Amino acid sequence: MSQQVTRGAVDKSIDGTVKYLDDRLSTSGFIKRNIKKVFPDHWSFMLGEIALYSFIILLLSGVYLTFFYKPSLVEIVYDGSYLPLKGIKMSEAYASTLEISFDVRGGLLMRQVHHWGALLFVAAITVHLLRVFFTGAFRKPRELNWVIGVGLLVLAILEGFAGYSLPDDLLSGTGLRIASGIALAIPVVGTYVSFLVFGGEFPGLDFIPRLYTIHVLLVPGIMLALITAHLMMVWYQKHTQYPGPGRTNENVVGYPLMPVYMAKAGGFFFIVFGFLVLVSGLVTINPIWKYGPYMPDQVTAGSQPDWYIGWLDGGTRIMPNWEITVPGMFTLSPNILIPAVVVPGIMFTLLALYPWIEQWITGDKRIHHILERPRNNPNRTALGVMSLVFYGFLWISGGNDIIAQMLNLSINDMTRVIRVLIFITPPIAFIITKRICLSLQHKDRERLLHGDPTGRLLRLPNGEFIEVHEPLSDEVKAILLARTELPMLTPPAEVDANGVKTPNLWVKKLQHRLNRWWYVDQVPMPTAAELTAAKAHTLHELEDAQERGIEIAKDLPSPTKSH
Amino acid sequence: MSNSNHDDIQNEVVPATQSETQVNLPKSELPVHVLRRADVDPIAAARAERQVAIMFLLSAVFTVLAVVSFFAIPVDLYIRVPGPGVTSASNFALGITLGLAIFLIGTGAIHWARKLMPDDEVVQSRHGYSSSREIRESVMQEIRIGGEESGFTSRKIVRRSLLTAIAVLPLPAVILALDFGPLPQNELRETLWKKGVRLVTDPTGRYLRPEDFSVGSLVSAHPENLKEWEEENHNLNARAKTSILVVRMTPEQLRTSQGEGWDYQGIIAYSKICTHVGCPIALYEHRTHHLLCPCHQSTFDLADSGNVVFGPAARRLPQLPLGVDEEGYLVALSDFQEPVGPSFWERG
Repeated sequence: MSQQVTRGAVDKSIDGTVKYLDDRLSTSGFIKRNIKKVFPDHWSFMLGEIALYSFIILLLSGVYLTFFYKPSLVEIVYDGSYLPLKGIKMSEAYASTLEISFDVRGGLLMRQVHHWGALLFVAAITVHLLRVFFTGAFRKPRELNWVIGVGLLVLAILEGFAGYSLPDDLLSGTGLRIASGIALAIPVVGTYVSFLVFGGEFPGLDFIPRLYTIHVLLVPGIMLALITAHLMMVWYQKHTQYPGPGRTNENVVGYPLMPVYMAKAGGFFFIVFGFLVLVSGLVTINPIWKYGPYMPDQVTAGSQPDWYIGWLDGGTRIMPNWEITVPGMFTLSPNILIPAVVVPGIMFTLLALYPWIEQWITGDKRIHHILERPRNNPNRTALGVMSLVFYGFLWISGGNDIIAQMLNLSINDMTRVIRVLIFITPPIAFIITKRICLSLQHKDRERLLHGDPTGRLLRLPNGEFIEVHEPLSDEVKAILLARTELPMLTPPAEVDANGVKTPNLWVKKLQHRLNRWWYVDQVPMPTAAELTAAKAHTLHELEDAQERGIEIAKDLPSPTKSH
Repeated sequence: MSNSNHDDIQNEVVPATQSETQVNLPKSELPVHVLRRADVDPIAAARAERQVAIMFLLSAVFTVLAVVSFFAIPVDLYIRVPGPGVTSASNFALGITLGLAIFLIGTGAIHWARKLMPDDEVVQSRHGYSSSREIRESVMQEIRIGGEESGFTSRKIVRRSLLTAIAVLPLPAVILALDFGPLPQNELRETLWKKGVRLVTDPTGRYLRPEDFSVGSLVSAHPENLKEWEEENHNLNARAKTSILVVRMTPEQLRTSQGEGWDYQGIIAYSKICTHVGCPIALYEHRTHHLLCPCHQSTFDLADSGNVVFGPAARRLPQLPLGVDEEGYLVALSDFQEPVGPSFWERG
């Protein structure tokens, strides 16, 4: 702060480094622009951070595991230190995983950090995606980053499944058997796909080494590139922020990178890492030694995939057994294709395209940096909840045998009920969510116009009872007023000024209709005139109360000072 | 990156008209910054500093403990811990010490940031993303000119021949993929079973006789030639197809069969591989004769030709015709009459 009187060793090294780099790469301009970059503070912004940190931890622990793991299906006789499996024939892949778990000091810990890290990684991505969805953070100008995020989710699920399959234990081999069954179900080329992927018949000897390359090189490489792009976009576009006092669409309010965010984000990395190591020391995950080596004629009851595969497995479980056979010609298996290929395909496509779908309906081409409160976009929020309910039923079905056993239900009845509920409940969830959002909008409007009720009743000289309302604080007001309304689209003209028919009229008509449906229930924001009138009314009411000796509250902002 | 054209950009990219409520948006400032204890009270600041330092030092202590436990605890020592139960002592100790060592650096750093680093909120203005109209148009122009200069638009023959060349170039990639594995021949329709092949138990390899079966008992079996095949081929491909389940029922229980005389005195055999996506089926309920696949709960009725009674599987389990040879051992009368395992396109 003060003038440089004495310059210590630290100062000299800082000056030297800055000068050295700047002379060669002119880095100082970039650092100057970014070292005080502001990031808004909110707990929900840490979800993406958790995903990022889990990825780094996965890279670190994964590299360690590659030093011991042998991606080979060559059969050997186990001679390690885990006695129950001694003398048993198994693949080198499984034996080396046993070696990591029982013969390498810290090996089991790293394996469990890797597995817990993968579970946390996909979970953090999912919750981060939900946060971005429900707050409208994907809106212009961030649509492209949304698509990258959806791509990362898909890759994370694939990567997780690939890693889960590598140990070649009974559970993971069963998962691969199912994957081969799905490949066989692909129309026309399925048999060829399966034979080429597995190097012949299932299980063959080629698949694990191939999957290994995909798991440790191909997919993580692509993910690393996408994550870099994801972060660069966040950096360049600057982070969104929640509405609040002083927060506008033109500014960003928060704490500077140097030193606060460096300390907070850096510290949070250690917290996530430390948490994963602690959990891995305390809670066993994927005890492959209990499952035994993979044998295509053996299986365990209650086979469960990792949580993020559950919804795919669940869909496959509750699907009716539709199969189309033309004897002598072909067999088509909708019972496999629909839950394993078609439904996930549609779900991820809709998810990736959602920003453009919403933009097309609303006609909203504005730039948004202020996050939307979920209630202020009832249709989006309701669509999100509806999708979650659908996903939830798929996910529950992935564990239907375990749930049925625990609750003492018939698994067949449970499956039949879910087959119905999965179609009936999402629309109901949509309606309920939308109504709740609209009610909350009503409440916000009420609060803006009348303030918050104080619970104090006042009897007027004419005998009328009124409840005294206190004005909203600036903070609350800033949040409630942050909602920006768009006018509805005008109906499309059948012909233009020259009498030429509008091309694709039905598309425009559909857009107009959807636009109407999107906005028609919206509770209007109070107009400026209404707000002014309401403020005068509240002030009057408060003065009235004061005259009668009723003190509203000492810590409230004085009504005369509020806006 | 320059903000010089900011106003111009604003006019260009925000065409939507704002409703009048927007006008009413309060131009409220940031909430008043409240000083923390440590900002005003040197004792509180010193305490916070001490707390941070303790966390960092504790972290170092746990790192040392982690190193000690790495060397001191044998990897094959198991202990009983309340909560996790019997667990590897080395894993437990390393997890706790290393986890805390890392965790405490995190909490220390965050405590430091929250208590001692400046906590005034800072406002920065955002920049517009769109470049100025002139720049945009010059870029569009450059691309157009570049295209013209290259002749890509005007020289049709060059363009089309290039597109043709690029369009056929992926072909070698497809061809290379053809050697990822042998192309399917008849593998999905054949197994090691054939007339006269004896049934053996797994893994003891004992030949099965009708006397081994009491009514209701279920046994998992293989063809006798599987062991030899696996010693020769060193893979599990045959095992994934040949595995069968053998069960004995009384004639009254056995309602239908896939073929006349396919059972031997009520002893019947079905493929163990689910016709849905290929899991081995393992859960048998004696009373109902239902066989349940643990993967997706397809249920088959063994007393009724192995037909599907529930679940996503669409096909019955293929039945293996059984008989006995002259020495009284159970044998297959032929291979399966239909492909085992999941459906595939050519199955027809």
